[in-house]
Amino acid sequence: MAVAAGLPTAQAEAENPLAVGLERQPVAPTSLVIFGATGDLTRRKLLPALYNLAHDGALPAHFHLVGVARREKAHEDFRRECEEAIRQFSRRTPDEAVLKGLLENVKYVAGVFDDESVYTRLHKVLDDFDARAGEPLNRAFYLSTAPAFFPVIVEELGRSELDHQEGAEVRLIIEKPFGTTLEEAGELNRRVLAIFDETQVFRIDHYLGKETVQNIMAFRFANGMFEPLWNRNYIDSVQITAAEDLGIGTRAGYYDHAGALRDLIQNHMLQLLCHVAMEPPVSFTAEEVRNEKVKVLLAIPAPTAGDVPNMAVRAQYAAGHSGGEDVPGYTEEEGVPADSTTETYAAVRLEVDNWRWAGVPFYVRTGKRLARKVTEIAITLKPVPHLAFSQAGSLGVQPNQLVLTVQPNEGVSLRLGAKIPGTRMIIRPVSMEFLYGTAFLSQSPEAYERLITDAMRGDATLFTRNDEVEAQWRVVDPIVQTWAQTPGPLAQYEAGSQGPEAANDLLLAADRWRAI
Amino acid sequence: MSRTDAVWSAQGTTPDAIEAALRELLAERHAEGASFAPARVLNMIAFVDDAWSGEIANRLRGVGRYHASRLIVFSYEPSRRRLDARAMIAADEGPAPGEMALLRETVIIQIGDRHLDDLVTIADPLVVTDMPTLLWSPHGHPDIVETLLALAQSVLVDSVDEPVWREAIDRASALVTRVYVVDLAWLRSTPWRERVASTFDPPRMRPELREIASVSVRHHPASTVTAMLLLGWLASRLGWEVGRMSGAASKLEGTAHDRSRDVALGLRAVPEQQVPGLQGLTLETAAGRRLSLDRGPGGLHVRSRDAGREHRWLLPGASRGETGILGEGIRQSLLRDPTYAPALQAAAAMCHDTPG
Repeated sequence: MAVAAGLPTAQAEAENPLAVGLERQPVAPTSLVIFGATGDLTRRKLLPALYNLAHDGALPAHFHLVGVARREKAHEDFRRECEEAIRQFSRRTPDEAVLKGLLENVKYVAGVFDDESVYTRLHKVLDDFDARAGEPLNRAFYLSTAPAFFPVIVEELGRSELDHQEGAEVRLIIEKPFGTTLEEAGELNRRVLAIFDETQVFRIDHYLGKETVQNIMAFRFANGMFEPLWNRNYIDSVQITAAEDLGIGTRAGYYDHAGALRDLIQNHMLQLLCHVAMEPPVSFTAEEVRNEKVKVLLAIPAPTAGDVPNMAVRAQYAAGHSGGEDVPGYTEEEGVPADSTTETYAAVRLEVDNWRWAGVPFYVRTGKRLARKVTEIAITLKPVPHLAFSQAGSLGVQPNQLVLTVQPNEGVSLRLGAKIPGTRMIIRPVSMEFLYGTAFLSQSPEAYERLITDAMRGDATLFTRNDEVEAQWRVVDPIVQTWAQTPGPLAQYEAGSQGPEAANDLLLAADRWRAI
Repeated sequence: MSRTDAVWSAQGTTPDAIEAALRELLAERHAEGASFAPARVLNMIAFVDDAWSGEIANRLRGVGRYHASRLIVFSYEPSRRRLDARAMIAADEGPAPGEMALLRETVIIQIGDRHLDDLVTIADPLVVTDMPTLLWSPHGHPDIVETLLALAQSVLVDSVDEPVWREAIDRASALVTRVYVVDLAWLRSTPWRERVASTFDPPRMRPELREIASVSVRHHPASTVTAMLLLGWLASRLGWEVGRMSGAASKLEGTAHDRSRDVALGLRAVPEQQVPGLQGLTLETAAGRRLSLDRGPGGLHVRSRDAGREHRWLLPGASRGETGILGEGIRQSLLRDPTYAPALQAAAAMCHDTPG
């Protein structure tokens, strides 16, 4: 008998009929090169992610890893460091045979990133991999270095002709931050795109790799009940919060140069805003999704220097209490200059000036050493037009609020008014809660597992496009520049608190910050 | 492993009483801490022979986070007259500060022959409404599967457990037209299918799908069905015409037709293999490419020969083990794989005199 389902020849050659129905789609054979291979991100995130992909059998055939970093060391020493990092940070206890198999294909190239000979040696290592495999392997260059090296590495890759490979794909993965100002981001884009085509470039915003962030789109576009309300006619305001209860830990070197605005708002939080405000994409392809996000960003009026004091607030944590412990203020943290004027808290009020959102304030805030750790999006609906019930003796009828919690306890809760049991018609707010964790058996993979796989597959949906990153900077850069010209002293807020009082000045009319 | 947080038991009880006890246990746990939240993903009904219920309990304990949110185990002892039950709720671990702890429910009901006619009326009140239900009868009892089928959206089977592999394929074929079937025998072939799909994924390789000249599969002696399903998958995805394979169960041979080309098919049992599933796969193309995948330490060991050159490499991947396969089966009951039924249909065509 002829057994159904097979595809006609031409179609079979256009698509892979064997990939149909597989949860894990094929990834082409790839050599992955990590620049900054001895850095913290590589140890804590990238290597554990690669191990977990190997454990799941999700790495491609002929997968090779090359670490590039400054310090001289033997391949064997680098493999040992990789092994230690995986053992320390993997979400799973490593399977010894899998770990050994992964590490066998690891090499190390030492040298400074502007040294041409590094790329000559790297070229040779990669060519050897190709020769061993008997075919040209895809190449992915992961820039996990200090941002200053991004253009240097890109240009050296171009100079040494590692930006292309006959018969295979070459991809460039760039970690954040992508520039520290609009001008820098534009310049970096220009230098990257002088060597690589945009389709080869994958700018990481690891928030996009989180299941929880992807769920915002599923929530909005797979459920018909919310879309009719999702506009200025029904929504009063949107609050996006990313609060940390911890201080800066060991990140003083990075953080004191970045600050809360650059560290979180410019990238992660504007991505969350885009997910809330974007129009439904025509299809879930990289271009369509990113087109819609860019439209949102372009609809946000860039503030002028004069606007900034009225739409942005910054502050720094002072000593206080967190988790029952006394904790130091920001400038008392190790590695932070005593006169630092870097903000550890930033809040902004943005508008999305388009047909759907005109007049709806988007409040975005982030901070270190706040009362607790939470990332959430709260959408407050307009109050009912007329209230027939007396509010005496109750907490009052409050507008409905839909809260999408990104972390921890990812879920959706809806604040509703309900009658308190008893003889009188007294209403109080109650919460209807859904927790994603209760509804799925699977454990979410780490964001980097998803992002590395997608980059190797060439799927850019969860990466930031060149115009998108510049559109983000277009919104944030005027605030950065204005703050740079008025360095301080900054307002303080007590560690473990809700943040600075001044944040309340951003709120319009009857709006209130949600308790962190 | 889950720790049991609260237990209720009763002798001579009723489904209503069991359901009420579960509600009370949940309310108690929730009152202890708002962080305890009941999982609401999947009902699973398992019908097991009492003598083997301990073994099944161990297997289910091993699935970890894939434990059904409500597991209802009917432990069957023919002579039993009284309906006894034990209900437990457990969290994997206490809630970390600020985080939730998932509660999972397990109900074990001891029943006898006299309860079988009305089994649906015992099971129905205990499944959580609006949550999909997976049915598993690891010790056979097709009549019970038939009885409980009305409550289930999917049925878990392990075709390698059937003593006669042709009958396993027949049974799965009969079920698959009525309910979604998750076959652990099929899931054992997943890494192999993924790797074969990857091999032919580069566009330059796809034309070679039309050049496949032979496929031979090596398998555990009890896993003929897994091997047949793997061949069935290739046949169904590539539109091959297949007919009955001949030989003994330890070595079967046949031919598929891909338009004008014959494809030689072979299955060979490998008695040395310790665990159920596949041991290896070799695929050759008319142009002389030869690809072999073999199970080994750390993953699948690959040998590829092309134009006289041989390459060897390891595709890393940890063995899921039998508990891992069972957990995967539970998870898969919430998904829908469109390729199993066609693969099964092709496998059925390969094991019968009358095609199709």
